[in-house]
Amino acid sequence: MHMADALLSPTVGGAFWAATGATTAYAARRLRKDINEKLVPLMGVLGAFVFAAQMINFTIPGTGSSGHIGGGMLLAILLGPHAAFLVIASVLTVQSLFFADGGLLALGSNIWNLGFYPAYIVYPLIYRSIVRDNPTARRVAIGAILSVVVALQLGAFSVVLQTRLSGISELPFRSFLLLMLPVHLVIGLAEGVITAGVVNYLRSIQPELLSSRPSSGRSLRKVIIAVSVMAVITGGLLSWFASVNPDGLEWSIQRIYGEPEIQSKENPVTEKLQAIQEKTAILPDYSLPSEGSEETDSGEAWPNPDPGTSISGLVGGFMVLLVVVIFGLGLRRLSGNGNRE
Amino acid sequence: MSHHIIEFRNVSFTYPDGTAALRDVSFRITHGEAVGIVGPNGAGKTTLIMLMNGLILPGGGEVMVGEVPVTRKTLSEIRRKVGVVMQNPDDQLFMPTVREDVAFGPSNMELPPEVIEQRVDEALREVGALHLKDRPPHRLSGGQKKAVAIAGVIAMKPDILVMDEPTAGLDPGARRQLIEIVKGFRHSRIIATHDLDLVLEVCERCILLHGGAIKRDGPPGEILLDAQLMQESGLALPLSATV
Amino acid sequence: MEIGSNFLNIGYLDSLSYRASPVHRIDPRIKTIVTIVYVVTVVSFPRYEVSGLLPFFIYPVFLISVGNIPPGFVLRKLLLVSPFVVMVGMFNPIFDRTPMLELYGVEISGGWVSFTSILLKFVLTISTALLLIATTSFTGICEGLGRMGVPQVFVVQLLFLYRYLFVLVEEALRMVRARDARSSGKRGKGVRVFIHLVGVLLVRTIQRAERIYAAMLSRGYTGRMPLRRTHRIGMKELIFLSSWILLFLVMRRYNLSLYLGILLGQDGMR
Repeated sequence: MHMADALLSPTVGGAFWAATGATTAYAARRLRKDINEKLVPLMGVLGAFVFAAQMINFTIPGTGSSGHIGGGMLLAILLGPHAAFLVIASVLTVQSLFFADGGLLALGSNIWNLGFYPAYIVYPLIYRSIVRDNPTARRVAIGAILSVVVALQLGAFSVVLQTRLSGISELPFRSFLLLMLPVHLVIGLAEGVITAGVVNYLRSIQPELLSSRPSSGRSLRKVIIAVSVMAVITGGLLSWFASVNPDGLEWSIQRIYGEPEIQSKENPVTEKLQAIQEKTAILPDYSLPSEGSEETDSGEAWPNPDPGTSISGLVGGFMVLLVVVIFGLGLRRLSGNGNRE
Repeated sequence: MSHHIIEFRNVSFTYPDGTAALRDVSFRITHGEAVGIVGPNGAGKTTLIMLMNGLILPGGGEVMVGEVPVTRKTLSEIRRKVGVVMQNPDDQLFMPTVREDVAFGPSNMELPPEVIEQRVDEALREVGALHLKDRPPHRLSGGQKKAVAIAGVIAMKPDILVMDEPTAGLDPGARRQLIEIVKGFRHSRIIATHDLDLVLEVCERCILLHGGAIKRDGPPGEILLDAQLMQESGLALPLSATV
Repeated sequence: MEIGSNFLNIGYLDSLSYRASPVHRIDPRIKTIVTIVYVVTVVSFPRYEVSGLLPFFIYPVFLISVGNIPPGFVLRKLLLVSPFVVMVGMFNPIFDRTPMLELYGVEISGGWVSFTSILLKFVLTISTALLLIATTSFTGICEGLGRMGVPQVFVVQLLFLYRYLFVLVEEALRMVRARDARSSGKRGKGVRVFIHLVGVLLVRTIQRAERIYAAMLSRGYTGRMPLRRTHRIGMKELIFLSSWILLFLVMRRYNLSLYLGILLGQDGMR
């Protein structure tokens, strides 16, 4: 469930980048303070482990299809919240670059969805409070399964929220939620069972690896405080972009109550025009700072629904593509001799 | 040159899980010697190596490098003098490029950049890997990785070079090249290995470990070619002796 | 082998990134910044925009041509990751049936237009991200991140991750092969065996981390990683940066497709 650039608005993408960036800086600072030098290579190698574990597939019982492990919660259990957050962030960075999962703008949101929730919310509040300092097989199993499920639900909810706030997709909030949450409940249960199994396996082989995590008692409280701070920051960010883009938020709230879809079927001609206008207003042109005022924008950057100019736009577009391709071929030929390896 | 000496005095070591890995081991290796350490799996070879540069500290007895005992306080000095080449070069080549990896040790010694650069080139040239300088480690062959791992250690100019299974996993060609490299060194060399032919060819002395204790210490020809002793110790005659 | 293919792609992308072309030589920081500006500009287009996005193909096409990257590879990768975006985007034509434009008598709804726009944005943003890594070594990107103020802990463990990715993936594939060789049909691929394999891999990984740490200590590690700085921002970099960003802004501000179309329409179409 990687969020994708194409479904994000710059504001939402930017806001989650800011939140992710702040969390990364915080995690790095916390690690520097109480770092055990052994941790840095361990973190990196465990990040690589997540990829390697994804190469091992298994058959999901009864379905015949194969699944693999995502690993965020496992990292949190092994490394504690700060290190785990950084490792998840790196795993997602590598995925976004090499597997083209999501894209660069969406990376901030993806790290938030798949890293922040397991490391800073679910691990301290659910896993630690179930397992405490007494990792019996049962506690580990219950804690791990519940944690993975909750973390994935939060992540999936977050994807829906980001999509909705961006307003690129037409998928109504509720339907999208109804689509995402059950799917991720199933995935979460499967991954939870696996995570529990792996943690218990590790517990039976090298119990000392699980008991010596730095975050219990006193530092747990710190984590909770940190979470609250994060929540305030997030809330601040949300309200900030809500004020930048009030229509988007209003619209998504409307969608939750399910009104506008019914309306638009009523009056054919005027409704249609209104709907078009509404859409243009809902997503105000996100103008870049250097572009000048908004009023000049609406005339040109917006495809005018007059069919004449639309056809011009399309014909022109094809010409542009043609020019681009010729340009590319030309460049290739020009530089062809120079850059052979 | 007393600092090229490494000495074990009644050294014992027991792992936290209770496995006694070494019992009362004593020997002294002097300047320029090439010593092979052989023995079956579990005999204590790896423990011995880890004790030599303080990755673990002895439970009883003393390890001396030159006149300096290996203790928590002397670690940085010891590690400068005793260079260890790990068995699996992938564990040792952790930096992003060959050049940076070889420079890792010298950089930690806080040498000036020109000196580091010079040492990197020297070390790579010595193992015949200068052309690999800008490669990332994951784009090297097994033999190349091994050569670069050795370069990373000799760039620190250690007095004593310790190698754990230097020929493991190499094809015959790469193995031959590696043997030539090792023969060319003038350091004191300690080679822990199952490759008995390597010991016969390179070393003038051999220590046979068995069950955490020294069973024999002497010229490789006498120890490794003693069929009965080899069989008792869970080893076999070197290939070159059987053909 | 279908699970291995993702990994093989990493290896291939990695090998592309060491080529020596003019774009490969540009400082990673500059390429990263240009890519980010590009992505934000593309994404900032309103959701019914189609023609205005087309000129933006110029940047990925430029990278493919000058960087000598096989375009087929980029396309295959795009197809591989498209399902989520296509699935979510598919709902636009379903929910948004407001007619928006008429093409030679065929009415096209707003949903189809915005769906097309999503697909275009997807192709543009993802291909440039892929091309960034295809024309810049991962080490270079890490160096760039570090010099742009990303915390060192993060950068260092990112480098470790990348270094051991190849080693551990191979180890995992060996384990999978061993399992598959000994399991006839489906029996060996159940959850229980899977958990065991992942557990073993995890224990080995942790032991490896310990050996790596030992190797670091043996060579005098004191907690600071001596990373090299190999790139420099020169005149070429500044020109690359400013001209691309300027072009993106112009293309964002003026719909070149539309202008060209109107021009052509006046000559030929009417």
